[in-house]
Amino acid sequence: MDTDYAIIGGGVVGLSVAWGLLRRGRTVTVLDGDDGSFRASRGNFGLVWVQSKGMKQPRYARWSQQSAAIWADFANELGDATGQNVPLEQKGGYDLHFSEETLRATVEQYEALKAKLDGDYPFDVLGHNALRKEEPHIGPKVVGAILHHQDGHANPLKLLQALAADVRRMGARVLVGKTVTDVSKPDAFRIDCADGTTLGADRVILSAGLGAAQLGPKMGFKAPIRPQRGQVLITEKLPKLINRPSLIARQVDEGGIQIGATNEEVGLDDRVTQPGLSGLAAEAIAAYPALAKAQLVRSWGALRVLSPDGLPIYQQSTEMPGAFLVTCHSGITLAAAHARFLPDWLEGTVDAPDLEVFSEARFAVS
Amino acid sequence: MKPASPFLELHDCPRVTVLLDGQPLDLPEGANLAAALLAAGVEVFRKTPVSGAPRGPFCMMGACFDCLVEIDGVVRQACMVEVTAGLEVRKPDGVGDATV
Amino acid sequence: MQRFDLAIIGAGPAGMAAAQEAATHGLRVVLLDEQARAGGQIYRDVDRVADLRGDILGPDYTDGRRLTAGIGRDGITHVTEAVVWAIEEDFVISFTKDGKGAQVAADRVLLATGALERPMPLPGWTLPGVMTAGAGQILLKQSGVLARHAVLVGSGPLLYLIAAQMVRAGTPPLALVETQTKADLARAGRHITGALRGWSYMLKGVKMLAEITRARVPRYTGATQITIEGEGKAEAIRFTSGGKARRIACDTVFLHHGVVPNTQAGRSLGVTHRWSTEQSCFVPVLDASGGTNVPGIFIAGDGGGIAGAKAAEIAGRIAALRVAEEAGHLTQNARDQRATPLLAALAHERAARPFLDTAYPPCAEALGPADATVICRCEEVTAGAIRSYAGLGCLGPNQAKAFGRTGMGPCQGRYCGLTVTALLAETNGRTPDETGYFRIRPPLKPVTLGELAAMADPDAKVSDGSDH
Ligand SMILES: Cc1cc2nc3c(=O)[nH]c(=O)nc-3n(C[C@H](O)[C@H](O)[C@H](O)COP(=O)(O)OP(=O)(O)OC[C@H]3O[C@@H](n4cnc5c(N)ncnc54)[C@H](O)[C@@H]3O)c2cc1C
Ligand SMILES: Cc1cc2nc3c(=O)[nH]c(=O)nc-3n(C[C@H](O)[C@H](O)[C@H](O)COP(=O)(O)OP(=O)(O)OC[C@H]3O[C@@H](n4cnc5c(N)ncnc54)[C@H](O)[C@@H]3O)c2cc1C
Ligand code: FES
Repeated sequence: MDTDYAIIGGGVVGLSVAWGLLRRGRTVTVLDGDDGSFRASRGNFGLVWVQSKGMKQPRYARWSQQSAAIWADFANELGDATGQNVPLEQKGGYDLHFSEETLRATVEQYEALKAKLDGDYPFDVLGHNALRKEEPHIGPKVVGAILHHQDGHANPLKLLQALAADVRRMGARVLVGKTVTDVSKPDAFRIDCADGTTLGADRVILSAGLGAAQLGPKMGFKAPIRPQRGQVLITEKLPKLINRPSLIARQVDEGGIQIGATNEEVGLDDRVTQPGLSGLAAEAIAAYPALAKAQLVRSWGALRVLSPDGLPIYQQSTEMPGAFLVTCHSGITLAAAHARFLPDWLEGTVDAPDLEVFSEARFAVS
Repeated sequence: MKPASPFLELHDCPRVTVLLDGQPLDLPEGANLAAALLAAGVEVFRKTPVSGAPRGPFCMMGACFDCLVEIDGVVRQACMVEVTAGLEVRKPDGVGDATV
Repeated sequence: MQRFDLAIIGAGPAGMAAAQEAATHGLRVVLLDEQARAGGQIYRDVDRVADLRGDILGPDYTDGRRLTAGIGRDGITHVTEAVVWAIEEDFVISFTKDGKGAQVAADRVLLATGALERPMPLPGWTLPGVMTAGAGQILLKQSGVLARHAVLVGSGPLLYLIAAQMVRAGTPPLALVETQTKADLARAGRHITGALRGWSYMLKGVKMLAEITRARVPRYTGATQITIEGEGKAEAIRFTSGGKARRIACDTVFLHHGVVPNTQAGRSLGVTHRWSTEQSCFVPVLDASGGTNVPGIFIAGDGGGIAGAKAAEIAGRIAALRVAEEAGHLTQNARDQRATPLLAALAHERAARPFLDTAYPPCAEALGPADATVICRCEEVTAGAIRSYAGLGCLGPNQAKAFGRTGMGPCQGRYCGLTVTALLAETNGRTPDETGYFRIRPPLKPVTLGELAAMADPDAKVSDGSDH
């Protein structure tokens, strides 16, 4: 066999899993698309985020917490191995509110979730004045915020680069510019690419982001995923202006303020639009008025990889045992879990996490 | 007195006073700000936010962004601005100094 | 929002000529340019400057008044200091003017955004005092500001033009450090028939060289190992020429090795580009009248491939005629009648290019810089870093940008894009076309958040408040 595991898709999800499998001594071949393919991994917001996740499914909240808890350790290990720092800051993050009603309603939901998580859901509610002490540039329209202590943010591009470097260092074969067109299992797995490349593998992981929607059904998965566009803005590099990240804005380690993101159902269209950029700018200025004078230097649109309920999908194919679908929306947050915990599940060891709620069984047959 | 400049001005024009980092400086009214600063002996316009390296105008046509200066709190290309009386210009000083 | 028949971005020779031609045929035209006065790069500020410095700049410059005079007519709305930062569906054009956002719409758009100087990453090129030769010329044209102790470095006719203008102004450059070799000139010989057809250019070139020689400006050809030295600013240039290492003390260095199309606006609209081996750069794929693969989007002038000011003017007219016909203002016959002689004139103008492109090729050590050389001025990324990203699987500039931030700064890749493509192509053993270019998106030029926010629809909901 060419390889123990063939991993289709070299985004942050595929590479995190590849990294974990390599650490267990498995041989891994990653097949990845070309320079222009849709890549959420290089268009995201970089939050390592816990709050608001899994409001309806505490297991997802827990899974996010588990990943966030080991993220620093994971980042350090990557950094040591590659000699490249993966910037991460985990000193909490905000959900900013412009109205007392929404703030109160969200707090109620958090309290309910906290109870289901045995009280392990550390957050504080800050009124405007308390928030202003933490964030001197906060604007008068912000009535308050929920400060969740398990939240943080990372440099997602440095993460991607470190993973790309480290999987190679550990001996992965990474084939770029490949588009997998078919996966069959005459005996072992056979993977066919558009350029005629074929590969044999004992097991296959489908982590091709949006590409899984096409390949999934050929491998016996439902793979009900869809794109959702998020437009993101980044300003010129500025001195320290924002201490902690929020869903509206964060200051990245290089100094720019990143602002995001829209939620648009526009299919496979990743363009930015003036109304999108303007709306985001207005919201960011409402939160931090000083930003009005900052120059926007870059913007982009990226497509989220979304399942119907927004939760990850971890599923072994019943039609093709040994083939796994691994996909999620929050691939940055879950990178550590995918690298450290998911391999146990793939390998079926005793330590395997219980991921039953993330199987495709939750999607009704349509 | 004007500091020695690597540049020579061919024509004399009426001058107005601007503030450069708080210091008054007389520049030709209506002139291109980047050109006027160069002629006034200003060689370094800013330090980069990446490494703190000094930079001055490179393209003079609004494409390279090396002539960035701060004018009334907004960072702008000096080569795309005309000199007017009372302009307050600040040279960005690398990381952590702009006044947003 | 005001709607026009045709929006033209760029008021250089291509844009001005197109505006005039289109208005002649009854189209309502809006002409947008970020400069305060019409002229573009060659005729920069000509209305104000011709009387002051026309003698130094020469008749090829003052001739521009003919074009600026043509745009002050009915049917043309010339918006000056309009920095165009987005062109979107239905051709809504967003621009900044006086620190405020504004928009116009048009049925068709002509991009006449001209050229940029080819990036010339050499050791020391980021030091203050190092500028493009075009910048040196803009300082002279627009502001009457001249470098006292400058060395000109590189190759190409524009380098001689600037040197000659400096001589006329009484501040000759300290030296011309030229990167082309005698062999390049010999190779160019096979294009001599074309060059003869463009004989007026050749004649001008010979005259300029004579002026430079008469002023005793030293010329060093075939220069290699070029390095600009200095502590915090340019202080000297080192190079090897004729087998000898040399050093010239100076405080200003003007770099130039050709101009390349400014493709930012076209790329943001999805216009197809192809690598031109002759001009070593990407050019948009155009039909004979400047049409692109995007319906309604046209390109004229140096932005469509380098051919100079005269060609730009003619191409602008040809594109305007096409638009006039598409918009129903001209019959096909009438258009053909006007366009046929223009097409012939354009071919004549372009005839000199193959000779010039071969005689003055880009400087090899700036096309493939040494590992330690900074190639992205904004994010300070080296050539070696780009080569290393190829080893991490980067087939093209977009993944390299994600890994190394090259092209993420305010210039948005204008001065590193071609270098990044070249380095990745070389390292991966692929062609520039296979390697591709940065994905260019709005804003084409930075815009303040305040300005953007002022254009927001107060009732629109941007995000659904879910986690990212
Ligand atoms: C605007 C936005 C903001 C976000 N913010 C956050 C955040 O703050 N925190 C967070 O945790 N997450 C965030 N995310 C989500 C996160 O980016 C994604 O969950 C993650 O990047 C998904 O990674 P992926 O590897 O599954 O997909 P991708 O990065 O899309 O990678 C898929 C890869 O598969 C390859 N591929 C596709 N089809 C094929 C094929 N047929 N053959 C071979 N290769 C193929 C592609 O080339 C691509 O490289 C955000 C996403 C967006 C869009
Ligand atoms: C610095 C420089 C100096 C040159 N000097 C000479 C010379 O002396 N002699 C010569 O023969 N050739 C010269 N050239 C070559 C020049 O490209 C052509 O001669 C000629 O100017 C091309 O005309 P054009 O109409 O295509 O573009 P240009 O004359 O370049 O005009 C393009 C116009 O578009 C505007 N523009 C671009 N982007 C935007 C935007 N986003 N928003 C608003 N406006 C925008 C610019 O401000 C500019 O005025 C020079 C080129 C450069 C780059
Ligand atoms: S000098 Fe290049 S943008 Fe001003």
